[in-house]
Amino acid sequence: MADAPLALLAELTHRCPLRCPYCSNPVELARAGTELSTGEWERVLGEAAELGCLQVHLSGGEPTVRRDLPEIVAAARGAGLYANLITAGVLLDAPLMARLVEAGLDHVQLSIQDAEEAGAERIGGMRGAMPRKAEAARLVREAGLPLTLNAVVHRQNLPNLSRMIERALEWGAARLEVAHVQYYGWALLNRDALLPDRAMLDEATRVVTEAQQRLQGRLVIDYVVPDYHAKRPKACMGGWARRFLGVSPAGRILPCHAAESLTGLDFPNVREVSLRAAWEDSPAFNAFRGTGWMPAPCRGCEHAEQDWGGCRCQAFALTGDMRATDPACALSPHHAVLAEAVASAGAPDFRYRGFTREDILPSHDVRLSNA
Amino acid sequence: MTPRFAPGVRLHEDKARGRTVVMAPERMFVPDEIALAVLRLVDGKRDEAAIVAALAAQYDAPEEVIAGDVKALLDDLATRGALIRG
Ligand code: SF4
Ligand code: SF4
Repeated sequence: MADAPLALLAELTHRCPLRCPYCSNPVELARAGTELSTGEWERVLGEAAELGCLQVHLSGGEPTVRRDLPEIVAAARGAGLYANLITAGVLLDAPLMARLVEAGLDHVQLSIQDAEEAGAERIGGMRGAMPRKAEAARLVREAGLPLTLNAVVHRQNLPNLSRMIERALEWGAARLEVAHVQYYGWALLNRDALLPDRAMLDEATRVVTEAQQRLQGRLVIDYVVPDYHAKRPKACMGGWARRFLGVSPAGRILPCHAAESLTGLDFPNVREVSLRAAWEDSPAFNAFRGTGWMPAPCRGCEHAEQDWGGCRCQAFALTGDMRATDPACALSPHHAVLAEAVASAGAPDFRYRGFTREDILPSHDVRLSNA
Repeated sequence: MTPRFAPGVRLHEDKARGRTVVMAPERMFVPDEIALAVLRLVDGKRDEAAIVAALAAQYDAPEEVIAGDVKALLDDLATRGALIRG
């Protein structure tokens, strides 16, 4: 039988005031009207804890657009889950922070798009985001909560990596995640503008390694390297349906937040089945669990139980076959497509994700322009 | 040297798996029996020597033997950001 999952990724909404060009949300976003209600989330959180989850990552989109976020946090804590908020921070003001602390929030992960205001605005597509993030960081620390900064890095902001590390120190973060973009969804559409070349990547790795040494005991830096320069794929999500499950804004139960990009799998919905039934018995969760489903060259490969054949979404996006070996693997017959993508990268313009303005924020600081 | 848990870090009963884990921001650690015995004594009041003394009494072992293990464990968790060594 399947081991119990460790964490639930609760995607509360696809709405977000930012429009990052590498967003992992599906290209077809769920509208507000289809989102799960407070009561439905409360039930789902209880089911997750009962199934064995220990943490819940409250994410989106931007989870703070939901007015019932404090109730959802309280439900998570009530169920015994460690409650982690993943936010862009631009809506996190003092009254909301106070309600979240009161509800028992354990930790905040705050994204930054770049080290300085101009770059961050261009990449995130929202004017004035940076000072609001700085203020959010201050509120989190003032409340005594631990803060992690999350920096998604790519061709456009990699030159500023050292200054992003300085921001993390300045804002009082205990951890910094430096993650290279994963290319599916929006990021794949923007790949040419985002993918770094080898020299940029090597420089980034050098900067991170140096900072990890220098800042030991002050700042923990986690570094996720990009697949496009790798010889072996990452164990995506620690293996399909092995450790994590996600619930989409509209209630679809997923082995990973990106899995909706796969066509041909029928993901169950919390409105119809329990998390346990989905985890243990649904064809979608069992489709790529373990090693039995693997074709060559994964089948029988000595690394099969380390990387689990890599990412299904990446395999699907790049080969059209979700069962294929992840092209990030040097043994994949499609491995060359990654090198070709690296060679042709360099386009400077983004295609932004976006709802119309009314769907997102009733204010006027959401800019729908291009840089 | 009085160790305490970093903000957002706490021991948690993992009922589904019948064990105690250290929950931390976006990560967790699974302590073995010895580590757990040490961590149960981390309360922000006992200093390292008091933790060693309590363990020595509990396990009826010499303090010199225990002190090294305790220091290594506390150092390790401090490096990972889970403990603060005051
Ligand atoms: S062939 Fe498959 S299992 Fe082997 S290293 Fe490549 S992706 Fe991993
Ligand atoms: S394989 Fe797909 S579903 Fe799994 S983590 Fe990767 S992107 Fe997500």
